[in-house]
Amino acid sequence: MKDTFKKIWQWVDERTGLGEMLGPQLTHLVPHDARWWYVFGSATLMAFSLQIVTGILLAFTYVPSGGQAYDSLMYITHVQPWGWYLRALHFYGASAMILMMIIHMVQVFAFGSYKYPREMNWLSGVLLFAFTITLGFTGQLMRWDQNAVWSIMVAAEQAGRVPIIGPWLGRFIVGGDVESASTLTKFYALHVFVLPGIILAFIGLHLQLVLKNGISEPPTPGKTVDPATERAEYHELMEKTGVPFWPDAAWRDAVFGVGLLLAIMFCAWYFGAPAMDNPPDPSLTTANPQPDWYLMWYFAVLALMPPQIESVVMVFGPLLMGLLLFSVPFISNSGERHLKKRPWAVGAIVLGAILVGVLWHAASEENWSPHFTEKPLPVEVVQSTDAHVIHGATLFYDRGCINCHAIQGHGGVKGPDLTFIGSKLDASQIILRIANGGKGMPSFAGILKSDEMGDLLAFLQTRKHAPLPYSNNN
Amino acid sequence: MTAKTNPPESRKPASPELLSRRAFLERVTFILGGIGTLAMSVPLVGYVLAPVFKNDVPKWRPVGKVGDFKVGETVAISFDNAAPLPWDGQTGKTGAWLRRNSETEFIAFALTCTHLGCPVRWMASAELFMCPCHGGVYYKDGSVAAGPPPKPLPRFETRINNGVVEVKTQPVAIQRS
Repeated sequence: MKDTFKKIWQWVDERTGLGEMLGPQLTHLVPHDARWWYVFGSATLMAFSLQIVTGILLAFTYVPSGGQAYDSLMYITHVQPWGWYLRALHFYGASAMILMMIIHMVQVFAFGSYKYPREMNWLSGVLLFAFTITLGFTGQLMRWDQNAVWSIMVAAEQAGRVPIIGPWLGRFIVGGDVESASTLTKFYALHVFVLPGIILAFIGLHLQLVLKNGISEPPTPGKTVDPATERAEYHELMEKTGVPFWPDAAWRDAVFGVGLLLAIMFCAWYFGAPAMDNPPDPSLTTANPQPDWYLMWYFAVLALMPPQIESVVMVFGPLLMGLLLFSVPFISNSGERHLKKRPWAVGAIVLGAILVGVLWHAASEENWSPHFTEKPLPVEVVQSTDAHVIHGATLFYDRGCINCHAIQGHGGVKGPDLTFIGSKLDASQIILRIANGGKGMPSFAGILKSDEMGDLLAFLQTRKHAPLPYSNNN
Repeated sequence: MTAKTNPPESRKPASPELLSRRAFLERVTFILGGIGTLAMSVPLVGYVLAPVFKNDVPKWRPVGKVGDFKVGETVAISFDNAAPLPWDGQTGKTGAWLRRNSETEFIAFALTCTHLGCPVRWMASAELFMCPCHGGVYYKDGSVAAGPPPKPLPRFETRINNGVVEVKTQPVAIQRS
């Protein structure tokens, strides 16, 4: 049996030269100590391969039509055998691809692997990063639910801030005067043909560069990169201590890659397909467009930026981030590679992690948005038998105060907590704020009738600290 | 073995005639390729960019009888886009908030917040439009009440035609910086 296979392979190989072509690539020498830190690039590729397979299978059923995309996804999720699992795999595969890519990028930066002669490896990687994020965002749009159609509006509004050509860019994203079926088909073509095609081409380039320049050895403090001698030194190192990639290093990629696949499968099975928002019916106005997790931190940037400078940030922020990543190998392509000798690099990683972490946390709290799901204040919170106070508590809900202000944990967090407002402000101060509003608060002078203002005031004045045991005032 | 080497004549020292012939052939290839690419890309780019420059002729769309709306109330409406396609489905419609201000005056507000285009919600008892994204708030007349929006809510033109309220379609409002 084994002999038969060998004979078939020899027959094919003699006529195609496949072994001669692939053999040297597979067995190229890699540093013997390039171990578990070096698995994240291949893990990203593994996730991408899964995306291609699951994406093609989803396209077997998905209908990229403005009128039917949502229904076809509902069918995939709820009716077609294994459909929900496939959607879940595609979602967690995308998450895994982005996560692995980010870890890979940070590792390459931390190891100083982008220095000579691997500058092009880094630059092609930065482009792959940008294409992959775009691939993720266009994938989110394929759900063609409320979230998707309004996310396109938000993207168009951001593009509209670009000087001079902004309005045209915005119109291009929307796809004309208004969103339509053509908006979906355009993003569909980008998501399934254009972006994967570009990414495949760049992966080809990226791998070619890995073969040409070799895998960088783990950094050692004091061992510097000198472009004049680096290639010769690396060559010598490989001749002395290098090991063939296949199978000495490849097995780790296989172990980690399969582990990643298992993790994706587990997440898909355990958490299921990503939730669908309401259908893209324009008469439903309950949409709350939000990006998927990997862009949530940027969502916070858009919310927290002061309006005076937000146009500048929206246009030049992403540009600046791209430029910064692009400039990394031009800022320093020689010298020390070990983090112990690169304080600026340590600072950049720590600062980047803190910045994204804080923004992410802010985005999860979302304390700039009113709450829309609050219920009227419960009796045990109102704690009063006074008709005016009770009416005031009703108004607190009816007039939308509760959307932004909380009392004992009931209500929004956009505005100040009013649990103890009666202890902090006197009657005239409270009236002044309600009537005039403020930067983030509407003026309620024209909304509340005069008796309503009185009752709301009466209610708010009862919001006091519990009287201390030794105090006499009530 | 694969054929890796060039044909023998290319390994001979090239004569000046051969060199100029090669330079000529290179130039011909590039020029022809350039012409072909240009000729091909003009209509292709035109096809891709057409939606940017295509302006739909605005249409008046009925949204209900005058009597269906109460004075002082604001309700959600939706109407067909100016040029819907059969496969647009739900996407072929636009949503809006319609306010009946008086016996004869109707105002139709676009859903799009002027900050970043999220759909605003009408909070009837608070008489405010609130945006779920970044906290923009508008009064019942669409003027900015609070938060980041730079401008009032965009409006659609409205009219009463034979007892029917009609709204005029328009492109989505993309704010300039």
